[in-house]
Amino acid sequence: MNKKTTKLEAKELNAYYGDFHALKNINIAMEEKNVTAFIGPSGCGKSTFLRTFNRMNDYIDGFRTEGDILLDGRDIYAKDVRVDELRKEVGMVFQKPNPFPKSIFENVVYGLRIQGIKKKAVLEEAAEKSLRRSALWEEVKDKMDKSALALSGGQQQRLCIARALAISPSVLLMDEPASALDPLSTAKIEELIYELKNEYTIVIVTHNMQQAGRVSDHTAFFYMGELVEFSKTKTMFTSPQDNRTQNYITGRFG
Amino acid sequence: MRVSEKIIEGLLWLSAVITILITIGIIWVLLSESIAFFSEVSIVRFLTEKEWTPLFADKKFGIMPLVAGTLLTTFIAIAVALPLGLTIAIYLNEYAHARFKQVIKPMLEVLATIPTVVYGFFALTVVTPFLQGFIPGLAGFNALSAGIVMGIMIIPMISSLSEDAISAVPRSLREAAYGMGSTRLQTAFGVMVPAASSGIVVSVILGISRAVGETMIVAIAAGQQPRLTLNPLVPIETITTYIVQVSLGDVPHGSLEYRTIFAAGITLFIFTFALNNISFWIKKKYQEKYD
Repeated sequence: MNKKTTKLEAKELNAYYGDFHALKNINIAMEEKNVTAFIGPSGCGKSTFLRTFNRMNDYIDGFRTEGDILLDGRDIYAKDVRVDELRKEVGMVFQKPNPFPKSIFENVVYGLRIQGIKKKAVLEEAAEKSLRRSALWEEVKDKMDKSALALSGGQQQRLCIARALAISPSVLLMDEPASALDPLSTAKIEELIYELKNEYTIVIVTHNMQQAGRVSDHTAFFYMGELVEFSKTKTMFTSPQDNRTQNYITGRFG
Repeated sequence: MRVSEKIIEGLLWLSAVITILITIGIIWVLLSESIAFFSEVSIVRFLTEKEWTPLFADKKFGIMPLVAGTLLTTFIAIAVALPLGLTIAIYLNEYAHARFKQVIKPMLEVLATIPTVVYGFFALTVVTPFLQGFIPGLAGFNALSAGIVMGIMIIPMISSLSEDAISAVPRSLREAAYGMGSTRLQTAFGVMVPAASSGIVVSVILGISRAVGETMIVAIAAGQQPRLTLNPLVPIETITTYIVQVSLGDVPHGSLEYRTIFAAGITLFIFTFALNNISFWIKKKYQEKYD
């Protein structure tokens, strides 16, 4: 059996919001081209943890971390790391679809534009490629100049995924990407995640246990800022090692 | 109980009605005196003559020199206030710490509480001599210093309203921009400002409206010489300044000269009324609908 490469890693990570100890001594290693699901009750720290991988918490007053977060073995909190460069490598999809109030086309190519790419042909090619990969191309190819805000919620979320893919990240962070969507759109997003893992390392936060079961290879269960259990998804759902995990996935609290 | 409710309701109604009646009264006075004026001087003459000399022996009634003066000082004011006000708004929103913002915002708004007459002699006695240091041809009274100081006066209006508009943009958009690897600058100018553009435009229009109607600064610092020019270095006269000049003078009541101020007044009213309505319309039509 060939050993898989570790893509993302946290070592003795602690995080604080002011005096509040949000993440407690977390150690985890996530494999490349794999889907890892973070589950746990509200306020358990799973979103906070997700957001340390692209340093999205940097703007919160009083937030600080101790320990290391490694991307391909590099500490992303090191002084010489430029956070805007980091985020080109680690893309993010948010809970609520958040397209820019611009056209569909401009949304997809936004990341390329801010990198200074101006050639229409390059942008158009990238836009089509990303929209195809996020399974939205057929629905929007004839209205690329229309406002992204006119799309349905599910379409907007796939547009946001296309936008994230357009700058070719290697990691995709998804913060409850389907929680604001109807079941059909949710199914589409899940299908998409399944396809995307051939090329990307995906970390997904979800409240939906079935969703974690359907899309992920590994699952991490968080509780009160601790990483309680991290194992293959199948293992976690069939034979959880910790009582708290067992209670949560069987729906006794949460 | 019932009765006191009725009385209070009546008083509230009365205060609303009084306000409306006063407004109607003002418009009626403006209109009736203007109509009297335009029965003697045709509107064509009013709009096409190139000189405004109603108080001289050789009377000319072209409003354009006053309009030009007004637009010139307004343009200079906005040229000063828009870049500064917008920069301040962006700085406060994207860069400044929350605590610093809490201190600086009220301080900026102090600028708006300075009496305009103070701004006026600040322009005349400080800004003009300072500018004369490196603009040799600058007259003692000129549109440039009046416009600049008017711009300073308008800064808090633009910065405050723009700041409100930018901070009303949902956090999710800012996160989307950052999440794509935007720098702070790219986030501010590429996402936040465009998303807040309707509010920013409204702030500019209200700023223009304020500048068009501004009286004291231009009366003190810009001179009282109606002149059809866009040269900011020479004395000019704005619509408001002319009204002040005539109101203070000894023009006989009911004369044609007297009526010119109503014609000037209604011109000014049309300007500010139109601007305020445009801003209202933009706000209603283009305000981004975020939930």
